[in-house]
Amino acid sequence: MKYMLLIYSDENVWAEGEQERCYQDSVKLTQDLQAKGQYLGASPLQSVATATSVRMRDGKRLVTDGPFAETREQLGGYFLIEAEDLDDAIAIAGRIPAAHKGTVEIRPLVELTGLPPGQ
Amino acid sequence: MNESLQMQRQVDAIYRTESRRVFATLIRLLGDFDLAEEALHDAFAVAMAQWPRDGVPAKPRPWLVSVGRFKAIDNLRRRTRFDASLAELAQQLDAQPDLPDDDLEDDRLRLIFTCCHPALPQEAQVALTLREVCGLKTEEIASAFLLAPPTLAQRIVRAKAKIRAAGIPYQVPALEDLPDRLDTVMQVIYLVFNEGYAASSGPSLTRADLSGEAIRLGRLVLELLPDPEVMGLLALMLLQESRRQARTSTTGDLILLSDQNRELWNQEQIAEGRSLVQQALSSAQVGPYGIQAAIAAVHAEAPDPAATDWAQIVGLYSLLAQIEPTPVVHLNRAVAVAMRDGPQAGLHLLDEILAEGDLAHYHLAHAARADLCRQLGETAEAKASYQRALDLVKQEPERRFLESRLRELV
Repeated sequence: MKYMLLIYSDENVWAEGEQERCYQDSVKLTQDLQAKGQYLGASPLQSVATATSVRMRDGKRLVTDGPFAETREQLGGYFLIEAEDLDDAIAIAGRIPAAHKGTVEIRPLVELTGLPPGQ
Repeated sequence: MNESLQMQRQVDAIYRTESRRVFATLIRLLGDFDLAEEALHDAFAVAMAQWPRDGVPAKPRPWLVSVGRFKAIDNLRRRTRFDASLAELAQQLDAQPDLPDDDLEDDRLRLIFTCCHPALPQEAQVALTLREVCGLKTEEIASAFLLAPPTLAQRIVRAKAKIRAAGIPYQVPALEDLPDRLDTVMQVIYLVFNEGYAASSGPSLTRADLSGEAIRLGRLVLELLPDPEVMGLLALMLLQESRRQARTSTTGDLILLSDQNRELWNQEQIAEGRSLVQQALSSAQVGPYGIQAAIAAVHAEAPDPAATDWAQIVGLYSLLAQIEPTPVVHLNRAVAVAMRDGPQAGLHLLDEILAEGDLAHYHLAHAARADLCRQLGETAEAKASYQRALDLVKQEPERRFLESRLRELV
């Protein structure tokens, strides 16, 4: 099964250099997952201050500054993985370096047919 | 006629002993709770038709599993006309080899761990365990938890949907996850037990059944996974259950341990509980359930309250406080110290605990303090603490108890 692991944390709790180390450790994890054929994609996201929200209403496009929801913890990155089952996905989520600071939300994917292969 | 009645009884007996095991195995084979339930009913329907003619098979369980599986494949094939994806599933099932008999045993343990998966909300874990592991009907569970049946049914439907969609596996957890996952299972069992035990008024009969189910579950888990803490949990439940007849008055009021008629305690449950406690304590890894059971066992051993071995109880609470340093454990330890060394020593400890602030809003802490002050003859202090406890108490029988104590002081 495919799972999206969404990493939420308070952007302000990361000390200088800490985030950099977290990125490096995360890259190691992706390489390990790749070796086991479980890696589909991953990336940190730029700060929520860079977020822009778009919605179409009555044929009009509304563009606003900011994230979908103002919360204390923000979406800061993701892993897209192939896992045996939820227990396997939980085990991988526990290995994400950012799980020590924030929360990893695990969401199984709806597997649509007809999607082109990703790059 | 007589013969068919006998056969009916025999099938009923086999249903009682085997249906949950067959069900657990069918879930593994079919990968779906609802499909498995349907297959289970089909298998017993075939049994009712065939066994009177051909006799009961030597091993009914594998027979039922095998028939249930073929029925499920049949059903899937029939539905294939409407849904092409089912054809593939039917083919996969058909290709599976029949499993050896001894593999069937572990399936109930798989089922327990799936129903008590931490990715499900606790109320759903409880409902699912009672429904799928114990085989209770939705209506029975709803009435025991004082819920409307549709509410409970929806809880179960949602939980099953999450098991399917999120890929919650049907397996006994890996060894490194086992302690945590077993904790969740034990929490569910103890919660079911307490739901049945704490209810002292209202439709208490149905709720007492919950305690019985929890004890049955405890036995099952212990049988499948002999762990000292599971042993401790089962012992704790048996020792608490042994006092059921003695702990409420005819008017539904709670009777304190020291005032209970010990003749009413169930000696059979006490004997079993004590023997389990001894086994649990002799293992190196005793945990909170084992220690609480040991405390209950010390109480059970005393023929009257005065004969209670308070020194041993204090020692056990000290051990418990090391593993679970919660304010309530410290409070219980202070009360035990008061029983061992006198009210002054207990009050000294209790005031230290209250000064920490965590128990400032816990009525039992103030009630305990009031009781110790009363024994020391400090009437004004006792009154103030009873009043504080009364301000915080929420349950009616406890309020009546505190009010009567306060009146005695005046």
